[in-house]
Amino acid sequence: MRNEREAVRPCFHEIRFHGRGGQGVVSAAALLALAAFEDGYESQAFPKFGSERRGAPVEAYVRISRKAIRSHNQIYTPDAVVIQDAGLLRSEPLLRGLKSGGLVILNSERRADGGNDEDRNLRWLYIPASRIGERCLGQPLPNTALLGALVAASGWVKLATLEQVVASHLAGKGEEVVKANINAVREGHRFALQEEEVDS
Amino acid sequence: MRKLLEGSHAVAEAVRLCRPQVVAAYPITPQTHIIERLAQQVADGELAAEFISAESEFGAASLVLGAVAAGAQAFTATASQGLLLMTEVLYNIAGMRLPVVMVCANRALGAPINIFCDHQDSMALRDAGWIQIYVESNQEAVDSLIQAYRLAETCELPVMICMDGFLLTHTFEPVTLPTQSAVDEYLPAFRFSRTLDPARPMTLGGGSEADNYQEYRVAQQEAMENAETVIEAFDAEFSEQFGRSYGGLLQGYRLDGAQTVLLGLGSLMGTVRDVVDTLRDEGEAVGALRLRCFRPFPAQSLVQSLSTAQRIIVLEKAFSVGAGGMVAAEVRAALQQAGIMTPVESVIGGLGGRDLTADVIQAIFQGTTTEPFRVGRFAPDPVEEGGVGHG
Repeated sequence: MRNEREAVRPCFHEIRFHGRGGQGVVSAAALLALAAFEDGYESQAFPKFGSERRGAPVEAYVRISRKAIRSHNQIYTPDAVVIQDAGLLRSEPLLRGLKSGGLVILNSERRADGGNDEDRNLRWLYIPASRIGERCLGQPLPNTALLGALVAASGWVKLATLEQVVASHLAGKGEEVVKANINAVREGHRFALQEEEVDS
Repeated sequence: MRKLLEGSHAVAEAVRLCRPQVVAAYPITPQTHIIERLAQQVADGELAAEFISAESEFGAASLVLGAVAAGAQAFTATASQGLLLMTEVLYNIAGMRLPVVMVCANRALGAPINIFCDHQDSMALRDAGWIQIYVESNQEAVDSLIQAYRLAETCELPVMICMDGFLLTHTFEPVTLPTQSAVDEYLPAFRFSRTLDPARPMTLGGGSEADNYQEYRVAQQEAMENAETVIEAFDAEFSEQFGRSYGGLLQGYRLDGAQTVLLGLGSLMGTVRDVVDTLRDEGEAVGALRLRCFRPFPAQSLVQSLSTAQRIIVLEKAFSVGAGGMVAAEVRAALQQAGIMTPVESVIGGLGGRDLTADVIQAIFQGTTTEPFRVGRFAPDPVEEGGVGHG
């Protein structure tokens, strides 16, 4: 059933974010959906665990589509998974349902952190997003760097639009925070492009 | 302007556009973002209202009761046990025929404690004398909220907008917010005919004995019956001014020639419409009917919409323990009253946030659901590839 629907709905992307409460998982999903909306798509973002507790596993979902989105269901067969804390790979089935050829963006310095899932031909991208966060924001917040990487690897939204959305979303927190996050987005983006080059 | 907004914030914007003078609330997940945003708007001077952080939901409901009785337009929002804690006051608001508007961010009831969506909370208040509108999307929440103030004033009945907790309140989706001038044009200045005024002393909700108590209840019933026409007329009028309609009492989807019709409430109906499209593509004569207005219960319109169906399924996110699905029971009664004996299948699902996925709804349509219980059956669990389903 799902495959047939895919044929009727070209340009339909589902993204699942995993992380821990306090890492900006829900914000990352919202920013991606906002950028897609600004790019002219229909989009939707929502968290699975609304009672966010610092440190507890949190999921958030994004749908991007050319057509109006009617479903409010969770995402079971994503096209991409963004993992903000590699440690979660040990305790949660983060790759469940990920489509064959799907994209995994992992916040990690080390390839050893990744899993083996060769049968599905997954595309792994390792982004040292906590380090980028530490450098740009002064704290190891990985979300905006990972968003930059996702945009580089998927092309689903424009980098300029993401930057613009980050700027308006964080405007209330002051110019410095905006600037720092845009730097993180750009670093994540640049890093992903380099990684892809190494792989190809 | 069309924007991507979190449902709670979209609703708060809609409330602001309606210019309430008093907002009283107590925070409870998943309603909190609505009142947080309203508090912010008041603090920033964007909303000229008295914002009162109540000491409990009982207090919040009492505050809006008093505010409206004194002639102020008011708003409150709650969910789950917060709604239950308001119960006594909500009956009083309805009995005094006060035009109060509230949002219920639908959430399960304890015990065990659960913060996620189902409809047990507002369904438990179905007999309180409030109009209940269940919305499918955040756009509908915004538009229904704006209509609710006119509806409440016109019918002198309180209105509860029921929006699915998390599924709508915490979801960012595109919403068109009407302009202030359009809302001002649509909503006349607040007016309540029996406003308490020291210059004209009067009592609201005073003592009543056996000689006239029943008449008050009959008057409420009559007002509810009249509200059906008003809701339909307002939907049509709103559609003319704003270009969006939700069918008033009921919203049908691909009912033409539908042999099997699934009836349900709230945001799950978006997925149901996706499934109807899939099954129609496969040649199955299926359709969907969304019960938008549960109180007043639109028995006549319902019978009209269901008269040619050969199989009727009612899928609901609540049930009366010891009896079964309340919506299914009322649908059966309405049909039987009209001499239609089509069996009504009752399916209960989505309790405590359990996801009613497209696959689950397809299984319900195809009659392959499991677990029969006394007066219905439970929806099957969603199947998730490579991992656990609901946690």
